[in-house]
Amino acid sequence: MNTEQLNFTVEFSGGAELLFNKEKTHQVCFPSVEEWTIGKLLIWLRDNKLTERPELFMQGDTVRPGILVLVNDTDWELLDQLNYKIARGDSITFISTLHGG
Amino acid sequence: MNKQLEIDNLLQSKEREIAELKNLLDQKNEEIEQLRKSRIKYPSDGVIESDALSKDDIERYSRQMIVPAIGVDGQKRLKKASVLVVGCGGLGCPAAQYMAGCGIGRIGLVDYDVVERSNLHRQLLHAEFNLGVPKVTSLAQALLRLNSSLKIDEYNVQLSSANALEIFAKYDIIVDASDNVATRYLVNDAAVLSGRPLVSGGAVGCEGQLTVYNYKDGPCYRCLFPEPPPPETVSNCSDVGVVGPVPGCIGVLQALQVIHIITEKGEVASGKLLLFDGVSFTFRSIRLRGKSPTCKICGSEPTITQLMDYEQFCGSPANDKDSGLNILDASERVSPVFLEQAIAKKLPLLLIDVRSPVEFEMCRLPESTNIPLKLLNKEETVDQLKEMWATVAGNQNAESRVYLVCRRGNDSQLGVRRVQNILKCQVFDVKGGLHAWSRDVDPSFPIY
Repeated sequence: MNTEQLNFTVEFSGGAELLFNKEKTHQVCFPSVEEWTIGKLLIWLRDNKLTERPELFMQGDTVRPGILVLVNDTDWELLDQLNYKIARGDSITFISTLHGG
Repeated sequence: MNKQLEIDNLLQSKEREIAELKNLLDQKNEEIEQLRKSRIKYPSDGVIESDALSKDDIERYSRQMIVPAIGVDGQKRLKKASVLVVGCGGLGCPAAQYMAGCGIGRIGLVDYDVVERSNLHRQLLHAEFNLGVPKVTSLAQALLRLNSSLKIDEYNVQLSSANALEIFAKYDIIVDASDNVATRYLVNDAAVLSGRPLVSGGAVGCEGQLTVYNYKDGPCYRCLFPEPPPPETVSNCSDVGVVGPVPGCIGVLQALQVIHIITEKGEVASGKLLLFDGVSFTFRSIRLRGKSPTCKICGSEPTITQLMDYEQFCGSPANDKDSGLNILDASERVSPVFLEQAIAKKLPLLLIDVRSPVEFEMCRLPESTNIPLKLLNKEETVDQLKEMWATVAGNQNAESRVYLVCRRGNDSQLGVRRVQNILKCQVFDVKGGLHAWSRDVDPSFPIY
């Protein structure tokens, strides 16, 4: 792995993947000279990966109600949320809650 | 024709026979119930019973009592416990089935709906002969067939702010097996206000989720989701579909969580969310935030102290049915019968089916062409549409019409507006869609 690069995984589930061309897993690679927070990642995803209307994914500068954000299987509320600094190898997951039964 | 009549008569006599047999079955069940009641009153025929468990109980539940996670104490607790299942569908059936199997003494069932054919692939306790029967009745019958010693309460009602607290008060634990956002907020709030743990499951497509809310110091649904999702982002089983074993698996696990809460031996998924992805075939357990101190209903200074209007709060109805859209003028809509006549008279027409390709593949009108609603605005579709129209209209443009059809007549209305913008011609939607076509024109067309 190139140490100059910030590699991490973005995952969507629970229907959130429908907003991103139905792809559940995205490998992301940025130059690591820059610092990436989840807040910055959201904007990047919206501008580069989103295939549906922006309001179905974001509200203001954060995710819209009903989407949970996880960092390595932990609720981002237990971390720094928008300010969490993404580290190499992280897995950032966006889960839409399921209401059907 | 005589042959038909003969078959009809035979059918009628068979149906009568079945009705008589059902009556006989009810009568026998009633007799068994009476006998059992009298036996419980006088358990003095030499049978040694432990304080709460009968001979039958011990024989029946021995296999699970031997397991330390249940034990004799756990079994007695199960027998004394009462659990309410909200929703008797894809989650409610398996959850109730395993709760009945393990001997939970009293099970309440809430559902306002009746059994439909499109339920049968996943709601496996509803049998074919119960089509059209209330789900609570159908499920109660099935549960009593599995375990006649239980007490089953049927609530054939829509759970609402008016009745939820009264019903919840009668049970120790609530299972959320419902199918829509408004009901999920209602169930959460009623569980918090009545101090009941809530075992919540959800399933759509090939994915399932499970967690427990309002258990000891754990979070409630509102701690995680203070605001409801925008209605257009919510997918349901009716539109997106669902693969039977997925809610089956989540419902069974809900039953196991109920057991853990009752016996206090196993781990309860409070502050944890279990995710099941049936395609990648993976289970994940994720760590959730704790109870939110600022939660409007379970926080330190709650502002919600009574139930509210949840349909208004969520901006969506408390069911998973599509509500009828009505955005067109009456002059822009035709009935299925009108369309049938236009086809029969061979009038020049373009019939566009705006459903998804997979739905079109399942069933369609032979004259129709599939252009999914999502594609109607795409550049390449615009050209395709203009080409198709030119072929149909030819040089008799004034006589030609475009008709749009979908499953229930909602998407077709949205499509009419788009097609009007593209083709400068007369565009109509077929009122009530293919459901209405099946009802009014061709009963052999499937309703799904």
